[in-house]
Amino acid sequence: MENYFLILIGTVFVNNIVLAKVLGLCPFMGVSKKLEAAIGMGMATAFVLTLASGASYLINQYLLGPDLIYLRTLSFIIVIASIVQFTEMFIHKTSPVLYQVLGIYLPLITTNCAVLGIPLLNVQENHNFIESLFFGFGGAIGFALVLITFSAMRERLEGADVPLPFKGSAIAMVTAGLMSIASMGFSGLVK
Amino acid sequence: MRPLFPFHGGIHPAEHKSPSTQHGIAVAPLPARLVVTLRQHSGSPASPVVAVGDQVLKGQLIGAAEGLISSSVHAPSSGRVVAIEKQPAPHVSGLPDLSIVLETDGEERWVERQKMDFCNTDPALLRQHFQDMGVVGLGGAVFPSHVKLNASGLDTLVINAAECEPFISCDDMLMRERAAEVVKGISIAQYIMGAREVLIGIEDNKPQAIAAMQAACEETGFEVVAVPTLYPSGSAKQLIKLLTGKEVTSGGHPTQMGIQCFNVATVYTMHRVINHGEPVISRLVTLTGNMDEPRNYEVLIGTPIGDLLKLARPKADTTGYLMGGPMMGVPLLDLSVPVVKATNCIIATSQALFPPLPRAMPCIRCARCAQACPAELQPQELFWFSKSRNFEKAREYKLFDCIECGCCNYVCPSHIPLVQFYRFAKSEMLAHEKDRKAADLARERHEFREFRQEREKQEKAARHAAKAAEMAAKAAETTAGSGESVAGADDAAAAKKAAIQAAIERAKAKKAAVKPQNVDDLPAEAQAKIDEIDLRRAQASETAGQRVAIQKSDEGQGA
Amino acid sequence: MLNALLVMIGLAVVLGAVLGFASLKFRVEGNPLVEKVDAILPQIQCGQCGYPGCKPYAEAISAGNSAINLCAPGGEAVMLRLADLLGVDPQPLAADAALPKPKQVALIDEQTCIGCTLCLQACPVDAIAGAAKQMHTIIASECTGCELCLPPCPVDCITMETVDEGLGGWKWKYPVYPISEEEKDTEVTS
Repeated sequence: MENYFLILIGTVFVNNIVLAKVLGLCPFMGVSKKLEAAIGMGMATAFVLTLASGASYLINQYLLGPDLIYLRTLSFIIVIASIVQFTEMFIHKTSPVLYQVLGIYLPLITTNCAVLGIPLLNVQENHNFIESLFFGFGGAIGFALVLITFSAMRERLEGADVPLPFKGSAIAMVTAGLMSIASMGFSGLVK
Repeated sequence: MRPLFPFHGGIHPAEHKSPSTQHGIAVAPLPARLVVTLRQHSGSPASPVVAVGDQVLKGQLIGAAEGLISSSVHAPSSGRVVAIEKQPAPHVSGLPDLSIVLETDGEERWVERQKMDFCNTDPALLRQHFQDMGVVGLGGAVFPSHVKLNASGLDTLVINAAECEPFISCDDMLMRERAAEVVKGISIAQYIMGAREVLIGIEDNKPQAIAAMQAACEETGFEVVAVPTLYPSGSAKQLIKLLTGKEVTSGGHPTQMGIQCFNVATVYTMHRVINHGEPVISRLVTLTGNMDEPRNYEVLIGTPIGDLLKLARPKADTTGYLMGGPMMGVPLLDLSVPVVKATNCIIATSQALFPPLPRAMPCIRCARCAQACPAELQPQELFWFSKSRNFEKAREYKLFDCIECGCCNYVCPSHIPLVQFYRFAKSEMLAHEKDRKAADLARERHEFREFRQEREKQEKAARHAAKAAEMAAKAAETTAGSGESVAGADDAAAAKKAAIQAAIERAKAKKAAVKPQNVDDLPAEAQAKIDEIDLRRAQASETAGQRVAIQKSDEGQGA
Repeated sequence: MLNALLVMIGLAVVLGAVLGFASLKFRVEGNPLVEKVDAILPQIQCGQCGYPGCKPYAEAISAGNSAINLCAPGGEAVMLRLADLLGVDPQPLAADAALPKPKQVALIDEQTCIGCTLCLQACPVDAIAGAAKQMHTIIASECTGCELCLPPCPVDCITMETVDEGLGGWKWKYPVYPISEEEKDTEVTS
């Protein structure tokens, strides 16, 4: 039990997928202009990541086995792409508003390196099925947390007296860098 | 002692009220020229009912109310209308506004004044009378009073005599000198709204006014409540909270909670209207600030402010003038502008009284504005959202509940002009709302037009089909008589003939529609067709209304 | 080798089946986007975008068949809001459309009007009242200023008048204040 808790804390804070592992920067910069969009994106990513890490564990363990390691990346991408497609259709049907808000970034979850990175890290760390799910879920929560925090900051930055050359994406990049440095304060919290 | 319910926040700016209360109310002399703007109130401006060159009497109607949220405008003195044109107006934009310019004759001849026995008059008639007599809120918002009076069975009528803004003392002087008349005005408002309880809120820095009102209110049941001096206790919502403990909900009206609030000067004008038959043509104006002889004057509406200022003699080092108080007033850019119903005070500014603010610094998120905000908003959030034009968020944070009192400006250690940002955001949002309404109307009309065109097309097709069927039936009838053996062949021929006939009809109709219709030598048949189409079009178009239809049918009879 | 092929084919078949099922189960009728785009467009129905009205243009935008910078009356504000809604980059407007025009309404010179009803048929919002051989008049409050009635008029009796909204149309400006001492010295106090 403690193990799962540590995985969760570790992925959310210490080895945050965005700030420490620097994965998934495309939606991090792209969907952080509005708080509502960031919340939706965080939720969608959490759903996709958890499913993807579970599914890829099963595929890796039972379908590929030790013989077909070279198909790992390929099959993971196929599974992730299908899950994203499924999620997109589901959201389109159930919440057109969220679908609208997420817009182009929803299909882009497919090419989100965080979503591929987590299943690969799962394999690397030899997680079992439950651990994989926790690892995926924790990673997604970490991603959502940082994304939402960042978008809240960016909303504020819109009204700040930023020097002209730094306006827009430049100051957002600086902010992301500062957030990353700040998150280093968590290192050592969990081994 | 009545329990009070303090509102959130508020500030204590320096009062500066005593200079202008040293002498009683004086009457300002009649100016040679009066400029009466037709926008004396919030809502739609009045429309002029006099023409250039007309002689008018004092109190005569010169601008009639347009619509519900509007009020009438009257001649403040007798004289001649010399112009109806755009004149500089005391508005923050500095834009001119349509005004009626009077040349006074100095005779002050009144129109016939009719007193009313209000106790035996229907409240609805009284409300209408108030609109016709130009009664509006004289506290500064100049909202037409007849709209506010439209409620009955109230629990509480709150009379706003707090006068919380620094420098202003016109309500104070009004109560000191004319308390009995104010009380008569309160009775009228109480009668119209059927209020069970009347509370008169006066800030405790006006002991003489409190004493005068208490004396006048004896045996009336009205209660004079001294409220602690705290800006902005004179804001309607804050005063209601202070006196009754009830908070007006966001976007709601006090009447929903059985409360209504009137300014003390407004109820005074109600008394003048009912008991003297005088419309609202004058008001008390405080002249104060950097002046040699600050005082309150009874001023005719339309008096040029430049003329008025000579009475109080501004000092030589005066840097500018404010209309209204120092917290919510607007700078006067042009001294030729006239006094309007909203003009409660004119302040001469100087370096000593209004030292220039230090430069604005970035927001340091100290949240002092949130502590001071009497509307319990988050001014720092509203500032961020207004500044970044994030209007949706500003609306979510209830920007429209902001009363623009300026407490946040006053306490801001960075001296950020917060209220300017709120005003900017509000007017942008209102303009956007207006555009959206116009777009909705256009969309609705466009969609109806498309629907109508489709319907006309179908009707036309149905008519032709019916005609063709009729022809076919006729043909069948004739052939049936001659013999059944040829009926089949004849049927086919008749149907064909009918189809051709229908095609010719269609072509004719089409031709007639395209042709300019002012050609007189059209065949009668085609003309009738056109008339028929036009009649239908006229009927379908709501806007053309009955007029066109009647004209058309007349024409049809003539032909 | 055969194993690898079988695994990939198997994956493809299973996932394809799931997606196929989902596309039937979660089919969405219509496009809710059209309504949103239509709500942003100014509804002047002028056809300057090349579509016969605002709704058809909204449909074209939603389907991705049209650029978002074609609405001349809406100008930059509408283009930016569309870009925001659709999550695409703002596109510059054509040079003549970039300048915001003041609100206009059509005015019929009633002396010249011959009552031909051609403008009635052109008006997209039925804002012209009149009948054959009767003088026509514009209902100013309904007129969107689309100028569609100008070309059909055979006697050129329709002109566009700028609406003077006066104080009613006045708006507070965005506050500008100096934030540094140097700026304060150079800026005229406003």
